[in-house]
Amino acid sequence: MRRKISVALMIVICFFLQTTLFKSLSFSSISPNLLIIVTASFGFMRGQKEGMFIGFFSGLLVDAFFANVFGFYALLYMYVGWVNGFFKKHFFPDDIALPMLLISGSDFFYNITIYFFRFLFRSRFSFGFYLLHIIIPELVYTLLISILLYFVILKINQKLEEIEKRSAGKFGS
Amino acid sequence: MRRRSKSRFNIPTKYLLIALTVICIVAMYVSFALNLSGGPLNTVAGVVFGPMQRGINSAGTWMSDKASNFKQLNDVMAENEELRAQVEQLTEELDAIKLDEYELNNLRELLELDKQYSDYDKTAAYVIGKDAGNWFENFIIDKGTNDGIEVDMNVIAGSGLVGIVYDVGPNYAKVRSIIDDSSQVYGMVLNTSDNCVVSGSLQSMNRDQVIGFSDLKDTDQKVHVGDAVVTSNVSSKYMEGILIGYVSTITEDSNHLTKSGTITPTVDFEHLQQVLVIMEKKETGE
Repeated sequence: MRRKISVALMIVICFFLQTTLFKSLSFSSISPNLLIIVTASFGFMRGQKEGMFIGFFSGLLVDAFFANVFGFYALLYMYVGWVNGFFKKHFFPDDIALPMLLISGSDFFYNITIYFFRFLFRSRFSFGFYLLHIIIPELVYTLLISILLYFVILKINQKLEEIEKRSAGKFGS
Repeated sequence: MRRRSKSRFNIPTKYLLIALTVICIVAMYVSFALNLSGGPLNTVAGVVFGPMQRGINSAGTWMSDKASNFKQLNDVMAENEELRAQVEQLTEELDAIKLDEYELNNLRELLELDKQYSDYDKTAAYVIGKDAGNWFENFIIDKGTNDGIEVDMNVIAGSGLVGIVYDVGPNYAKVRSIIDDSSQVYGMVLNTSDNCVVSGSLQSMNRDQVIGFSDLKDTDQKVHVGDAVVTSNVSSKYMEGILIGYVSTITEDSNHLTKSGTITPTVDFEHLQQVLVIMEKKETGE
């Protein structure tokens, strides 16, 4: 329960930051994608199921406010979380390379999918332009932010796991 | 089997994923087919919105008005809103009076149009959130059905067209701006009354801060760079005569019948903070 509340809170805060504060901190109208950091991080820290649910609800929030077609972002974020869950067995808290790689991979996949479904289908063919002016800048900015945000998420998760272990020890066996 | 208590009953992730995927796809299909977005979630979203409003109003304005006095900010905010609307109105009136001095025909026309849209009943609203990604140019304003906002109402800022309300909740409304990649507006070149289609474009907006227009029939070669483009009377959703921007480039299409080019919008979309919603909808006689 404690975990659910704190994760929900985190999603909501990141959503608000992403749509408000970071929009005014944008460089040449590019702002970072905080929700993808949260979704991906919980994916590889906690596994497929949790990644999936966190992605689903993050996407739902985006859908509720910004989608033309409801459900698109929920689906997209959900798969991002789920796929990141596969890397749980390779994840170690001390290693920073894998998380950064996964987060940038997720952001890249996310934007490619949006380009494919929302732009290519409307015959916007200049992929090179979108790659250079939207996808890559967002990836770099997201990665920059994730260096900070990832450690916050990591710390919160470790704290939660500690508390869970303690209370499990109290009631269990 | 019996020993499994309810809390330990687990559906495999695979099936959950499939179930949620199906739900999402059904939701996408339903919202696409019935043309509704959000639906019942709008009310939920409205409740969540309280903190967001406060968030943007303190954090957002803090970012842009660092120098200004924090203590007075909240008190001044309400007054500010009122005054800004008044300034907007007064500027428009001033413009109209200025234009009156000139005897030129097309400026008289402009004056008429200007008068026309200062007659519209308007409500001021703050931009409180922008699209989560970098692909689309939608944003949220802090007025909704409680303030009488409806879908398809036009949104302007200062002197130009910003966009259109495409979805509305109790205390917020979603606006699609004219620079959004999926936006299309019927425009009209003011001095020749020729219609054209003004379509937002992420690519040209990102590169040159312009949006595109096409299908302009200008057989007399009268449209030049710098001409004002306003919303057309044939548009089904936009009120007539709202300034969109000025022609910045113009080229003839390969069919030699129509022209296309780019328009520089008058509104500064990057720093959009306050907008005016026109509280009338276009009568299309449906």
